[in-house]
Amino acid sequence: MQTSNLAPAVFVADPHAVQIRTVEPSPVRAFLNARGSGKLADGSFAAVMMLCACSIFAIVLFIFSILILRSKLSLVAFGWKFFTRQAWDPVSGDFGALPFIYGTLATSFLALLIAVPLALGVAVFLTELCPKPLRGPISFLTELLAAIPSVVYGLWAVFVLVPLMRDVLGPFLYKTLGWTGFFEGTNFGVGMLTAGIILAIMILPIISSLTRDIMTAVPNSQREGVLALGATRWEMIRIGVLRNSRIGIVGAIMLGLGRALGETMAVTMVIGNHPEINKSLFAPGYTLASVIANEFSEATGDLYLSALIEIGLALFLVTIVVNAIARLMVWAVTRGAPARVA
Amino acid sequence: MGVGIQVENLNAWYGSTHTLQDINLHIPANHATALIGPSGCGKSTFVRCLNRMHETNPIARATGVIKMGDLDIYKDASPVEIRRRVGMVFQRPNPFPTMSIYDNVASGLKLNGFRNRRILDETVERSLKQAALWEEVKDDLKKKSGASLSGGQQQRMCIARALAVDPEVLLMDEPASALDPVSTSKIEDLIFQLKSQYTIVIVTHNMQQAARVAENTGFFLNGKMVEFDSTHKIFTNPSDKRTEDYITGRFG
Repeated sequence: MQTSNLAPAVFVADPHAVQIRTVEPSPVRAFLNARGSGKLADGSFAAVMMLCACSIFAIVLFIFSILILRSKLSLVAFGWKFFTRQAWDPVSGDFGALPFIYGTLATSFLALLIAVPLALGVAVFLTELCPKPLRGPISFLTELLAAIPSVVYGLWAVFVLVPLMRDVLGPFLYKTLGWTGFFEGTNFGVGMLTAGIILAIMILPIISSLTRDIMTAVPNSQREGVLALGATRWEMIRIGVLRNSRIGIVGAIMLGLGRALGETMAVTMVIGNHPEINKSLFAPGYTLASVIANEFSEATGDLYLSALIEIGLALFLVTIVVNAIARLMVWAVTRGAPARVA
Repeated sequence: MGVGIQVENLNAWYGSTHTLQDINLHIPANHATALIGPSGCGKSTFVRCLNRMHETNPIARATGVIKMGDLDIYKDASPVEIRRRVGMVFQRPNPFPTMSIYDNVASGLKLNGFRNRRILDETVERSLKQAALWEEVKDDLKKKSGASLSGGQQQRMCIARALAVDPEVLLMDEPASALDPVSTSKIEDLIFQLKSQYTIVIVTHNMQQAARVAENTGFFLNGKMVEFDSTHKIFTNPSDKRTEDYITGRFG
């Protein structure tokens, strides 16, 4: 460290010289000591982040208020009963949302029923069982499914799924499960079941890839801890992995459900577009989103338009209620139990 | 060069638990000071008060006066400024896994916007040499991730990371408790080398470790500091019965 011209000045035996050396801070220390407290930067950072968060509230409030404002005519004409009425007659100006709410909920839950076990299977296979070289390609393919535009799904469903449902799957279900009453009546191939299946395919990638990420995040020590107790592979996955990621999995399912509730194009192409409540899943139905997409451009008359906007409001409310119920369920299951792995 | 630390009437809480009660002591500059005591006695909390890490927990708070040199750390400066002056090494090595070894060590300077390449290079080399890691990693400083090192190497890298900012005080919270005996003795050697240049405060469960590296030792019990004296006195002739019981293994 000492250069030759400095050496004479620093004479170790001289206490004064030693002190001069120690008082001088290193360039690094001098630089750090010269820096400000960062209070202004931290404060403005917090303020900007706060603003970002507030924008969410602003957007939700804005959409909600416009929906209410624009559907005033129908709100006044039908009141709260709008959500429980079954009529949909644009000619005589008689409107109700119930068949659409039913169609939306039925197809979405059908989609969850099919997609959730499948997605969990994919995720468990990918994180716990899959040989390494296969992991990449399978993950890539599932994520590719999410990138396909929904109108393409609709086309595929019209040309492949509808005939398959009409000629093969429908008759089979009628024969084996017809006694339940869910698979009755004329089967045209288009209907709630077809819509549910196409929705299931569409929400599969989002649920499985999120679930996979959550399960990958479970620390290996948890797996080892369970295995060391003599657990089989399935028991290890159940206790060590699934149990630790259950909140995240419910979150993934909720995101999938959100997409299913709002999905418009593909559903419109295969659901049959008939506003009727029917127990049979072969029967055509109608969803909140489809009716808006189908009829908005041809809505003549202010009340008709207003009713369609109130359908939008209904979709908004259904989404909120469903999410609230899901939150409640998570809370009920995890109450008192430690929520996550440290 | 280190500064001394004066602690007056320090009290700390976690929620409603009174974890530190009326702590008074003077930690001398450029010496190593060890804090011993059973688990949960408050020694880690004490160390975390010294760089204001304690208050990062929303339910935690502290009162009292802590002076580093002339600086009252709760009054005269922001936590950010304090932590630029006080280095900390944690119980478990916490390398930044996405950074190379070089970037790990330089991170304290880089995040502060220090851009002088030559001084950065010098500082990384100096810190890794001080942490006795230079010879083992000098060939792949920028190639290997900090997380690819062994546990003992990771901890020495974390020490180098703390030393890179040339701190005035170095806090070590059980720095060797997750390490094997070889790595532990390397870390102890390091503390022994460093203590002439830095004020070191080390929390340890290992009483031999305290005896080996520190000039002064404080004994904590149930949130109170029972005794603070030269290490020699604490281990040979403690004035408090509870200290004697603890170091002779009668409890804790």
